[in-house]
Amino acid sequence: MSAGADIRTSPETHPLTWRLRGREAVTELADYEALDGYAALRLALTELSPGDVTQRVKDSNLRGRGGAGFPAGIKWSLVPMGADAPRQKYLVCNADEMEPGTFKDRLLLERLPHQLLEGMILTGYAIQASRGYIFLRGEYVLATQRLEQALTQARQAGYLGETILGSGWSFDLFVHTGAGRYICGEETALINSLEGRRANPRAKPPFPQIAGLWGKPTVVNNCETLNCIPAIVRHGAEWFKGLSQGRSPDSGTKLYGASGRVQRPGVWELPIGTTARELLEEHAGGMREGLALKAWLPGGASTDFLLPSHLDLAMDYDTIMKAGSRMGTGLMMAVDDRQSMVSVVRNLETFFARESCGWCTPCRDGLPWTVKLLSALERGEGELGDLEILAQIARQLGPGKTFCAHAPGAIEPLQSALKYFREEFERGIAAPPAAAING
Amino acid sequence: MSTDNLSRPTASLIASDRRCGFVFTDAEREAIEHEIGHYEDSRAASIGALKIVQESRGWVPDAAIPAIGQLIGIPASDVEGVATFYSLIFRQPVGRHVIKVCDSIACFLTGYDELAAALRAELGVEFGQTTADGRFTLLPICCLGNCDKGPTLMIDDDLHGPVEPSGVRVLLEAYP
Ligand SMILES: Cc1cc2nc3c(=O)[nH]c(=O)nc-3n(C[C@H](O)[C@H](O)[C@H](O)COP(=O)(O)O)c2cc1C
Ligand code: SF4
Repeated sequence: MSAGADIRTSPETHPLTWRLRGREAVTELADYEALDGYAALRLALTELSPGDVTQRVKDSNLRGRGGAGFPAGIKWSLVPMGADAPRQKYLVCNADEMEPGTFKDRLLLERLPHQLLEGMILTGYAIQASRGYIFLRGEYVLATQRLEQALTQARQAGYLGETILGSGWSFDLFVHTGAGRYICGEETALINSLEGRRANPRAKPPFPQIAGLWGKPTVVNNCETLNCIPAIVRHGAEWFKGLSQGRSPDSGTKLYGASGRVQRPGVWELPIGTTARELLEEHAGGMREGLALKAWLPGGASTDFLLPSHLDLAMDYDTIMKAGSRMGTGLMMAVDDRQSMVSVVRNLETFFARESCGWCTPCRDGLPWTVKLLSALERGEGELGDLEILAQIARQLGPGKTFCAHAPGAIEPLQSALKYFREEFERGIAAPPAAAING
Repeated sequence: MSTDNLSRPTASLIASDRRCGFVFTDAEREAIEHEIGHYEDSRAASIGALKIVQESRGWVPDAAIPAIGQLIGIPASDVEGVATFYSLIFRQPVGRHVIKVCDSIACFLTGYDELAAALRAELGVEFGQTTADGRFTLLPICCLGNCDKGPTLMIDDDLHGPVEPSGVRVLLEAYP
């Protein structure tokens, strides 16, 4: 109980992970409750209206942690409310985590399952949802077991089901496990997949908040976003804003991480706006012995490369955007000086080509073409003009040219690698035959 | 390097399954009906139903497709469309153990190439293939969210990482 008392007297600085101090996981309901668990839910259902909850989240300026940084409160406030609103409304947790280099949602799902449920029940209350689904990638086997157990416990305790805590509002939650394909993480593809269809994205508008799952208003939020909600409701918007400690105009903490050949790869909850240098040098302990940093991806495969000279930038949405990339999921990947950028980009584009849903031609045909060109360059068999073709494909797959953000995301690492490491790509072009040179 | 050959049924398999017909076990039927109860529309259970059949039989035989369609009330062609879209629905028999090797960037940076080469050599198969003794199927998979422990792979439901190429043989011995 002592930790539970602590958070009431001195609001925590690590709202996402403080419950894990000294523990591997908090999977039992009783343990979670002893650590102030479901206190935010009790508070909301007894003292706050759904509109109050939404307002609190809006005021907190929580931005979506799935990659795009869209303000969560604004997303929720687009959902029709009141007597005329559809009776069926849905909340979906995006736990499809397949963005290469991203391993933050797994931590929350496996180790703090009740915190996600509490965040989802609060969000469901705010938008007056009738049901919620956790769209979980099928490979997260341990997370599936722990969430199913947590759901059973929450139902037994009356946190889910009919008229929750006597509020008159009823809500239930289900786990839906996927069967592969990265595109399921795109929110409209996810909705199609949840409906039992092929995961091709849908045209927007209409946005899911108006017409989503089974045509009904639907909010899709990332797992980490939903994990922020209990603490915001409990401690208020101003407290949440203060968590960034002036490092960024964005608010809260963020699960940051580092992978690649660094000393201590991992995930850490830190104030949003922490610099990439602090992540790499302090938390990850720098590059492995004998290696130097050559380039880095700020948050996933679908973000533009940055250079060592960018390390002092604050890892927040706007700062990284201004530097020509995106914070994305906030888990940086360090590319060391032994790696060939051509090979690295070939690996990335192979992933994107395989995972294209195939709906639109530029993406379906353009991405395999980049793989073909990059593979030739990698073997030193590239041809004059290949770099221009790559640049042209990159333009043709840019924002607005395809049905969803998969293709624009796919070309971000390609275009930035061509910008910063052009000579490496040029070196992959085969020397013209001697006869041609001599005339 | 693709799972396509697993997603695409072959003519001979289709013929043999049609002759045999397809009967759900009681457990399968019960699990699928339970699944249907989670959704407003039974179609949503199509992926779950395919996974249930796969869980009990190792793969999804062709004759299961119309049977699932009938049980959840959607056309067989829609079930087939779903079955061929998702990479973890197997439309051909797989080995007793399925090895999924992460080939995404974080594992690529930490030694995927060497690990993949060791696996191919040890098993004598390429990605997408099953060993002649029916013990292992080797598949590529997207980032497994285990990037702090690359290179990573999954064998059945077990996650392993970092996996040294030299440790592959011993690791596989645990999966008879
Ligand atoms: C190709 C593609 C894959 C995506 N994968 C994920 C994912 O695995 N998890 C996730 O939360 N968001 C993913 N997104 C972003 C979602 O579409 C959506 O923006 C997000 O779930 C919204 O949640 P948030 O507002 O809480 O960030 C993906 C987007 C695209 C275009
Ligand atoms: S951009 Fe690619 S992934 Fe997105 S809809 Fe088009 S083909 Fe599918």
